[in-house]
Amino acid sequence: MFMTKYKESIMKAVFFTAACISILAVALICLFLFINGVPAIAKIGIFDFVLGTTWKPANTPPSFGIMPMIVGSICVTAGAALFGIPTGVLTAVFMAAYSPKRIYRILKPAVNLLAGIPSIVYGFFGLVVIVPFVRETFGGTGSSMLAASILLGIMILPTIIGVSESAIRAVPQSYYEGALALGASHERSIFFVMLPAAKSGIMAAVVLGIGRAIGETMAVIMVAGNQARMPAGFLKGVRTLTANIIIEMGYAAELHREALIGTGVVLLVFILVINLLLSVFKRRTG
Amino acid sequence: MEPINKRTLRQKLKACKRSPLSLVLFLLVMISTILTTGILLFLTGYIVIKGIPNIKPELFQWEYNTSNVSLMPALINTIIMTVISLVIAAPIGIFSAIYLAEYAKSGSRLVGIVRITAETLSGIPSIVYGLFGLLFFVTAVGWGMSLIAGAFTLSIMILPLIMRTSEEALKAVPNSYREGSFGLGAGKMRTVFKIVLPSAMPGILAGIILGIGRIIGESAALIYTAGTVAEIPKGTDFLLDSTRTLSVHMYALASEGLYINQSYATAVILFVIVALINWLSAFLAKKLSVQLR
Repeated sequence: MFMTKYKESIMKAVFFTAACISILAVALICLFLFINGVPAIAKIGIFDFVLGTTWKPANTPPSFGIMPMIVGSICVTAGAALFGIPTGVLTAVFMAAYSPKRIYRILKPAVNLLAGIPSIVYGFFGLVVIVPFVRETFGGTGSSMLAASILLGIMILPTIIGVSESAIRAVPQSYYEGALALGASHERSIFFVMLPAAKSGIMAAVVLGIGRAIGETMAVIMVAGNQARMPAGFLKGVRTLTANIIIEMGYAAELHREALIGTGVVLLVFILVINLLLSVFKRRTG
Repeated sequence: MEPINKRTLRQKLKACKRSPLSLVLFLLVMISTILTTGILLFLTGYIVIKGIPNIKPELFQWEYNTSNVSLMPALINTIIMTVISLVIAAPIGIFSAIYLAEYAKSGSRLVGIVRITAETLSGIPSIVYGLFGLLFFVTAVGWGMSLIAGAFTLSIMILPLIMRTSEEALKAVPNSYREGSFGLGAGKMRTVFKIVLPSAMPGILAGIILGIGRIIGESAALIYTAGTVAEIPKGTDFLLDSTRTLSVHMYALASEGLYINQSYATAVILFVIVALINWLSAFLAKKLSVQLR
C-alpha cells in the first residue's frame, strides 16, 4: 500500500516536470536570444539598428541598419496576406457551407497535404515556376517581392482555410436557419450572419497566417532575391529578417554575428506581439 | 451548414436575378475554391511529373560525392534524426499532456501558463529555433554542429504539436472508462497507463506522425545546428557528427543551382513521404474517433 502511494506521487511529479519543460523552453529561448542579441543592439544603438537604412557589415566602419529587412518582411507579408486571406477565407466558406460531402472528402485531406509540404519544396517550386513566370510576365529578374508574396500567399492558405473553416462551423446552425427564415438567400445568410458571428475565429486565422508568413525562411530566400537594401518596388528583390539571418550566419563573426542575433531578437518580438494578438482573438472566441 | 432549402436551378437563377449581390458572392467563393484546388493540383502535378523521371538508381548509392550527389546519406540521417528527436520529444509531450488532462485541476494557474507557453512555442518560426539551437546546444552546451544538437532543437520545435494532439486524444476518452477502472480498485496511475493511454493511443500516434512530418520537412532550424555534411555518422561518438537531412540536402542542391534534376527527384521523394505521413495520421485519428464512439 505504501509502495503504491509512493509510486503514484513519483509519477505525478514526473508528469508535472514534463509539463514544466515547455515553460523552461520558452524561457531559455527568450533568455539566450536576448542575452546574445541585446548587447549588440545597445552597442550599435537601438535607433541606428532598427531605423538604420544601410546594412553593410563588411564596410569600415560597418553599418548595421535592419530597416530594409523590417520593411522587406512587412511588404512581403502584406502581399501574401492580400492574396492569401481572401482566397483562404472564401475557400473556407465553400468548405463549410457549399461543398457536397463527396467533394469535401477529397478537398479536406488535400488542404491538409498542402499544409504538410516542406517549405523547401515550396521554395523550389517558386524558383522553377513562379520566378520564371514573374520574369516573363513583368520583366526584371523575377526574383522579387512579387514572387515571394505569391509563394507565401500559397503557403499560408492551408492555415487560413483550416482555422476559418472550424470557426464558421462553430457558429450555431440556428443562426443560418434564422436568416433563411427571414428571407435571406444562402449567400446573404452566410456572409451577413455567419461570417460576422465567426469574426474572431477568422481574425485568429488571419493573425496565424501572418505569423507563418513573417517567420518563413527557406521558401523566401529562394525567390526573393535577397538584396540588403530598401525595397524599391514590387519587381525588385527584397531581403526579409529571416533571410538576413540564414544567409549571413554562416560566415559572420563578432559584432556582425551579434547583429544577426539582434535581427533574430527583432523577429522574435514581432512574433510575440502576433501571438499576443492571437490569444486576444482566441479568448474572444471563448 | 447544409443548404436546407433545396431548390431547382431555375429557382436559383431567378433568385440571382433578384439579388445580384448573392450571385457575386457565390462566384467569388467558387473562384477562390477553384484557385485553391488549381494551385494544389498544379503544385503536386508539377513536382511529381518533373520529379519521377529524375529518380535514378545512382541517387541511392551509399557514398555522396560531387559527381554523384547521392541522397542516400541524407535519407539515413533523416531517419536517425527523426528517431532521436522523437525519443526526446514524445515522452515529454505525452507526459505533459497526461498532467494537463488527467492530473491538473482545470483553471489552475500552471495549466494556463503551460497552455500559453505551448502556444508561443508553436508560433515561433523555425529560424528562431535554429538561432536558439546554435546559441544554446551548439555553443553553450558545447556539442558543436551535430546530430544531437539538431535533434534537441527539433524536439523542442515539435513538443507543442505532440502536447496538443495528445491532450486532445486523452480528453476524448470517455470518463466512464476512468470511473470503471477506479470502481474496480485501480489507482490513478494504473488507470492512466492501462486504460486511458491505450484508448487514446491512435490519437497520440496521429500527433507523433504529424511531428515526424515536421521533422522531415524542416531545414531552417537545422542548417546551423546539425550542419550540412553529407555523410552517414559513424563510430561511437556519432551523435556529435555533423549531418544533413533530406530537406537540408535539397536546399544545398537547389541553392547551388548545379543539380536541378536531382532537386526535382528529392522534392518528389519528400512530397511522397509527407503525403504518406498525412494519410497515416488521418487514418489513425479516424480510428480513434470510431473506437471511442
